[in-house]
Amino acid sequence: MEFDVILRPENLRMYWEGCVNSLALLLVSLCAGGLLSLPMALARVSARAWLRGPVWLFTYVLRGTPLLIQVYLIYYGLGQMEYIQARWDDSWLWRGFKEPFFCAALAFSLNTCAYTTELLAGAIRHVPAGELEAARACGLSEWACIRRIVLPSALRRSLPGYSNEVIMMLHSTSLASTVPALLDITGAARSIYADFYLPFEAFISAGLIYLSLTLVLVQLFRLAEQRWLAHLRPRQSV
Amino acid sequence: MTPYLLSILEGSLLVLQVGLASLVVAVVLGMAGALAKTSDRPMAVWVADVYATVIRGVPDLVLMLLLFYGGQMGLNALLEALGDWPAIEIDPFAAGVLTIGFIYGAYMTETFRGAILAIPKGQMEAAMAFGMRPWQVFWRITLPQMIRLALPGFTNNWLVLMKSTALVSLLGLQDMTYLAKQAGAAARGEITNAPLLFLAFAALLYLAMTSVSMWVLGWLEKKYSMGIRLERD
Amino acid sequence: MFKKSLLLGSIIMAASLSASAKDWKEIRVAIDPTYKPFTYKTADGKPTGFDVKIAQALCDKVKAKCVFVEQQWDAMIPGLLAKKYDTIISSMSITEERLRQVAFTGKYYNTPSKVVVRKDIKTDGSPASLTGKKIGVLKGSTQEKYAKGELAKAGVNVVGYDAQDQVYLDIKAGRLDGTVADVVEVQGGFLDTPDGKNYVYVGQPLRIKKYFGEGVGVAMRKGDKDLKEALDKAIKDIRADGTWKKIADEFVPGVDIWGE
Repeated sequence: MEFDVILRPENLRMYWEGCVNSLALLLVSLCAGGLLSLPMALARVSARAWLRGPVWLFTYVLRGTPLLIQVYLIYYGLGQMEYIQARWDDSWLWRGFKEPFFCAALAFSLNTCAYTTELLAGAIRHVPAGELEAARACGLSEWACIRRIVLPSALRRSLPGYSNEVIMMLHSTSLASTVPALLDITGAARSIYADFYLPFEAFISAGLIYLSLTLVLVQLFRLAEQRWLAHLRPRQSV
Repeated sequence: MTPYLLSILEGSLLVLQVGLASLVVAVVLGMAGALAKTSDRPMAVWVADVYATVIRGVPDLVLMLLLFYGGQMGLNALLEALGDWPAIEIDPFAAGVLTIGFIYGAYMTETFRGAILAIPKGQMEAAMAFGMRPWQVFWRITLPQMIRLALPGFTNNWLVLMKSTALVSLLGLQDMTYLAKQAGAAARGEITNAPLLFLAFAALLYLAMTSVSMWVLGWLEKKYSMGIRLERD
Repeated sequence: MFKKSLLLGSIIMAASLSASAKDWKEIRVAIDPTYKPFTYKTADGKPTGFDVKIAQALCDKVKAKCVFVEQQWDAMIPGLLAKKYDTIISSMSITEERLRQVAFTGKYYNTPSKVVVRKDIKTDGSPASLTGKKIGVLKGSTQEKYAKGELAKAGVNVVGYDAQDQVYLDIKAGRLDGTVADVVEVQGGFLDTPDGKNYVYVGQPLRIKKYFGEGVGVAMRKGDKDLKEALDKAIKDIRADGTWKKIADEFVPGVDIWGE
């Protein structure tokens, strides 16, 4: 095995650049998708059908189609529409579709938003009914109920499930290099394979990088659960 | 335009084949892994643990590329070292099926393990007290209940598996995604917004497959849960 | 008794396999069908084009059946080395770098490449005058080698794509300012189409041997010497009996692609 080829500075730099891009994409998507999913989750469990319906459709379509097709649809599909192309040099609204990073980030954000919305909605539904009744008996308005009882409880309960979602997103960033001009860890590995014909070295290195990042994330979430989910831990002693 | 759409439709059959074949591999590996993890042999537990951790820590695409490009090279080298054997080709279909099956075997391991653990231990103990051998206990007591308990997780894994079959297009297998992308570029002159059209068509086909799966598996779940009072909080 | 005969049987089989020379009844040909008019697919998915018809003519001459295998361009040579197919007949240029990995027949055509950019860009085609522009190229092609070797050094933003027709999609989208491509291919695949009307050639035809090699040939593994001999002879034959000219007239009428 010729791992010394991987350790050459120019190749290490490519992996590093890929790492930076992957993590940037991950962070942007998680923030955008996560923030958007809060109101959407509330709409998803709402009693009002006009709020619930569109969100249901959104999550149904985005969770029912592969992420790869979603990325292609935004970069190639929307990016090739004459309507958008005519406007993207002038208007800031459409400018992003010209850039590969924006297209990839948009696709990933929408995808994680859909999954997180469903996750949060499930957690909201599992808030104990007794707590809600007590809050209403104390005279809290609907909005105060949501803000002080429902959301804190639901967010904490969704931590384990969300950790899975974050790791899934990290793995999904391996699709970023299907967009031209975007280099991620997998793209760097493919480039090295194409130039040097070393599939094992290139892809095993990429795998190791992803594995380390995954393990770091798992540890971070374990710490978060210790802090925020301590009240639901199984009893430690008699 | 119709010839393009028809070829994408044919690609969807290929996707179904890859998905179902991978499912078989995944279920077999998942069963083996779950039994290994719940067995009392530390070696088996350790191997299954490493398998599940590594697979779930590395993206599907990287594993697929490793198996497809690396596996072929390794196999060729092995065959050449053994003598002048004719080359066995790992085509994209086989590489895709083996990798996806291998990956989702790890997820199935966790699902099946959770299901096995949820069966009251007393039932298995009673069966053994009656003199049933281990494989009889498994076949008559564990397996039927495990199916019911594993169905929700199984459904989830199947849906994710089906969507990850889109990745075989990156190995060059001419599935829906590959054909839709190629048709979009090739027809760019004749049909306006060709890429959007063909990709949206492929997405719709995936949505159809997902919906049918959810409907069938939901029906199965109801059928297997007949007569059982579900705990709901 | 059974074990002995099994051992004997497998020894005989192994010996016979190693003793026979490869009998080429079927030749697997790799193509990248995104390169009109050389290699592309009709709407119902059948491969066609200059390369494809030449491949069929060569197979006829060596009395073998051509089986076409699609492959993405930058994975062409690795796939050949991994024995996924036996030849590459898809406008692959004969360069020194490639000759280190694979063997080539003699050329079966030779056309130069050129830089193509939007009309309103003031440039004479030299690397320095294209600084800051975005140029799309096919990953793994000789044009990419040239772009990375000469243009990138001068500050040009070189973007690699999986297929040449994806480059045209992005040029049409305005994400790219131009491309470096084979003159016949870019003429038929882009400049002659409505999308290409604001684009022109700039600079001289690029024939730098270091990057572009000496024409397009059929690639195969180094060990398959008998295949190389057979195909070399077949190329001479189709040149001599007019088949080559007929195919050239069908796909690239009026242009001489044999070159020097």
